[in-house]
Amino acid sequence: MKFMTIAASAALMVLPHLAMAHDYKIADLVIDHPMAIETPATARAGGGYLSVTNTGDTDDKLVEARADFLRVELHTSKDVDGLVSMVRLDGIDIPAGETVTLKPGGMHVMFMGLEGHPFQVGREIPVTLVFEKAGAVDVILQVEAREEHAPKDGDHSGHGDHSNHGASN
Amino acid sequence: MKLPVIAALLAVVVLGGLGVGWYLNTDRSGDQFAQCSSSTAVGGAIGGPFTLVDETGETVTDADVLSEPSLVYFGYTFCPDVCPLDNARNADAIALLDERDVKVQPVFISIDPGRDTAEVVRDYTDLFHPRMLGLTGSQEQVRAASQAYKTFYQIGDTSDPYYLVNHTTFSYLMLPDHGFVELFRREDTAEEMADDIACYVNAM
Repeated sequence: MKFMTIAASAALMVLPHLAMAHDYKIADLVIDHPMAIETPATARAGGGYLSVTNTGDTDDKLVEARADFLRVELHTSKDVDGLVSMVRLDGIDIPAGETVTLKPGGMHVMFMGLEGHPFQVGREIPVTLVFEKAGAVDVILQVEAREEHAPKDGDHSGHGDHSNHGASN
Repeated sequence: MKLPVIAALLAVVVLGGLGVGWYLNTDRSGDQFAQCSSSTAVGGAIGGPFTLVDETGETVTDADVLSEPSLVYFGYTFCPDVCPLDNARNADAIALLDERDVKVQPVFISIDPGRDTAEVVRDYTDLFHPRMLGLTGSQEQVRAASQAYKTFYQIGDTSDPYYLVNHTTFSYLMLPDHGFVELFRREDTAEEMADDIACYVNAM
């Protein structure tokens, strides 16, 4: 009995994480863990992240992300000795045999026009990714808590030890 | 004969050492923080008087809001990628310091007052840390604060409501009675910052 309870508890703890690690396939491309990070209530913009693995032998390119916002663009953040700027990208190359990751502090899908509809944890954002060769694929970005995505290695945060700084409102 | 030579050599070494120490501490407030590491070369004095608007819409000065050790960052809330990373990192450093009973106030100063109202900076900073203070102001107030801290920002074409802002992303440790003592870069981790900040605060 006890073992089953522990197993069930363990399963409950693990399942949400498994649920977040969802992936999508189109042609030779595998899109893994599409997600966005929560924003404040008054936010006007948010970032979306995912990885794309090209299992084929032909290069492809992510050329567009479409979603129900006033403007959606592909961006990258550039850091030149501490001076940071965001730059719009015409596309993101997905070379054959490689995995390209959009992650915080680098390339991202920039959603603009969130006014009144902030990214709240658990919200699902339908996005259509358009690839030059593979075509279009619909994915769902799940909004995750900011503290799950502490900067750099970040393993010191968000797992109950001193995560009291996350959700204060 | 020998003794004066040794004495002279010693004097050179000691004075030379003092000179290096003085040089390294030129931009700091004194020897009391000498053990708190920094290899950061900073040109000119950082910090100074400012008048800004706080999260409640009240006009405040640096004397009002920097009355305790503070970690100051300049950014803008429309920035969805880098600024949240830096603010989350700063909040993590503050949380690590909280655990050590070293109280430091995280401060976010908007350099995009056209969009960042008091309400917006309040909501934004609450997401990172309950004690993170958000400041904004008029274009002139924000520009003056930015210039005092030697930060740089460049606002894009504001005819586009979704304009972007290029800006420097350093964080500044400010201490009461001492002013600026340390600068942190984006590469610095929360742990490194917490160690450095604790050193300074404990040496106060």
